[in-house]
Amino acid sequence: MIEASGLRFAYPRGGFTLSVPTFSVAKGERVGVIGPSGTGKTTLLNLVAGLSQPDAGALKVAGTDMTALSDAGRRAFRARNIGFVFQNFALVDYLNALENILYPYRVGLGLRLDRAARDRAAALAASCGIADRLKSHPGALSGGEQQRVAICRALVTQPALILADEATGNLDPETKDVILDLLFARAREFDATVLAVTHDHDLLPRFDRVIDFATLRQAA
Amino acid sequence: MNALFLAFAHLRWTWARSLVLVLVGAVILAVPMVTQTLLRGSEDALTRRAEATPLVLGARGSQLDLVMNAVYFSEDRAQPVTRAAEDAVWDSGLALPIPLHTAFQTNGARIVGTSLDYFDFRGLQIASGRQLAILGEAVLGAAVADRLGLGPGDTVVSAPENLFDLDGVYPLELQITGVLAPTGTPDDEAVFTDVKTAWVIAGIGHGHDDVVTADADGNIVANAAITEFQRITPENIDSFHFHGDAGDYPLSAVLIVPNDTRSATILRGRYLDPENPLQITVPDDVVAGLVDRIFRIAALLDAVTVIIGVAAMGAIALSLYLAWALRSPEMQTARRLGAGRFVILQLALAEIVLFLAGTVVLAAALVFAVTSNGDRLVAWILAL
Repeated sequence: MIEASGLRFAYPRGGFTLSVPTFSVAKGERVGVIGPSGTGKTTLLNLVAGLSQPDAGALKVAGTDMTALSDAGRRAFRARNIGFVFQNFALVDYLNALENILYPYRVGLGLRLDRAARDRAAALAASCGIADRLKSHPGALSGGEQQRVAICRALVTQPALILADEATGNLDPETKDVILDLLFARAREFDATVLAVTHDHDLLPRFDRVIDFATLRQAA
Repeated sequence: MNALFLAFAHLRWTWARSLVLVLVGAVILAVPMVTQTLLRGSEDALTRRAEATPLVLGARGSQLDLVMNAVYFSEDRAQPVTRAAEDAVWDSGLALPIPLHTAFQTNGARIVGTSLDYFDFRGLQIASGRQLAILGEAVLGAAVADRLGLGPGDTVVSAPENLFDLDGVYPLELQITGVLAPTGTPDDEAVFTDVKTAWVIAGIGHGHDDVVTADADGNIVANAAITEFQRITPENIDSFHFHGDAGDYPLSAVLIVPNDTRSATILRGRYLDPENPLQITVPDDVVAGLVDRIFRIAALLDAVTVIIGVAAMGAIALSLYLAWALRSPEMQTARRLGAGRFVILQLALAEIVLFLAGTVVLAAALVFAVTSNGDRLVAWILAL
């Protein structure tokens, strides 16, 4: 699913340079990424998502050479192939839960909101236990409910890859487990690969594989 | 469509802010148009009515007050003249004098005491009921009848001039006999009576019980109390009478309809002497000067409106920008989900388009409301 080699990225204003010699994730794998703050975990997710372009190296995601894509091409690729789950949920406060789930279709390049998408959103909401909360706005939802909505949003476009950045960071211990189980179960259902950055070592046994970013950088 | 959907959802979510912005925008847009509409309407109405009124005779003093009161029934009250002034015009044989007594009001409408010639002169038609016939009757202007919900068979009571003056003007109940067809002029806002009825309201004429009566034995008995009638009925109308010299009865002004241009010139010449307590004015000349001044002030008001409008639009733009800045986390999420700059621009433009659409629709509704009631509003403004 993800193949990277000799990957280098430096922020334009300097100060931080990411260097990854080799990095790969197989299709359907659930990979956890750990490491101290400031080591470039989120930067790696941004590169994989096409939000940033590497200065050097090769990067293939779902068989597509990310370095060969134009800006618009990366946006279209991202909209179709990648789902995001954020630590702060990143829901839109003026839309209800259902419209938040369908939000990628409102803004994503090349996506078309049709009956099938709406049915998929409703089915996802039901499988995540928020079918009765679809008319509620984020302000009226608990943290766990908001993250369930975010998981539905990440999966509604049937992406090949889910990128989760501290997805359980704002949740209490009981809810963390439930949400991670839910994310993995739905991802498996949609045959999606999961690459998740986390600081929570208690969750690591649940992943198929864990990459320690400190070790990865030492190798570089 | 997606951009419009999101923009509409956001405006609806922040409905109070959106409503205030749309209202402010609509007012900024509508005020200059409404002002221009009313000014143009006022100018037309003022000019049309002034042109249709050849001459006005009144007490020497402010020509503007005289014309505004006699032609538009405004609050401006010139000094009264006497009926002798009207008689003098009549005796000259040069013109038809039409008396006007406009000192009183009822329910916020001016009571205009005049003669039947006034209705012919202005071309006023009775829409329902009948014309004035006897003392104590009134004919309502269309707007007054509509506003008060009154018609033939109802009554109106003249407003007392001073509640605490025992010797002052007392209210008189007027019998409504007819309602005029609407004309879009100050006549719509007036209540017409015969000038003698106006003098009854003024207390110059009155009706009361007999001062002396004869008892069963034919003895003359003086009444212990004399009750004045506050309503003129077929039973008491014969008791109504006027005191004093008829030539001294007051009039607010006299409309003069000259026989021809020569007669008008001769009549005007007779009142040119500055020592003469009376004057004849040409309403068209007076109103032309007034309109000229109004439009000079209106030009200044337009400039002020533009300055305030620019400032308010700046404030609206700042508010929209700040609201947009508050949405930056959402835009960041949208970019991560695959939105390009064009989509982000569409979202911003959609919100501006919806705001402008709301503003234009509301402004158009305001302008339409004013325009469709323009004649009525102008008549009301002129009667102030």
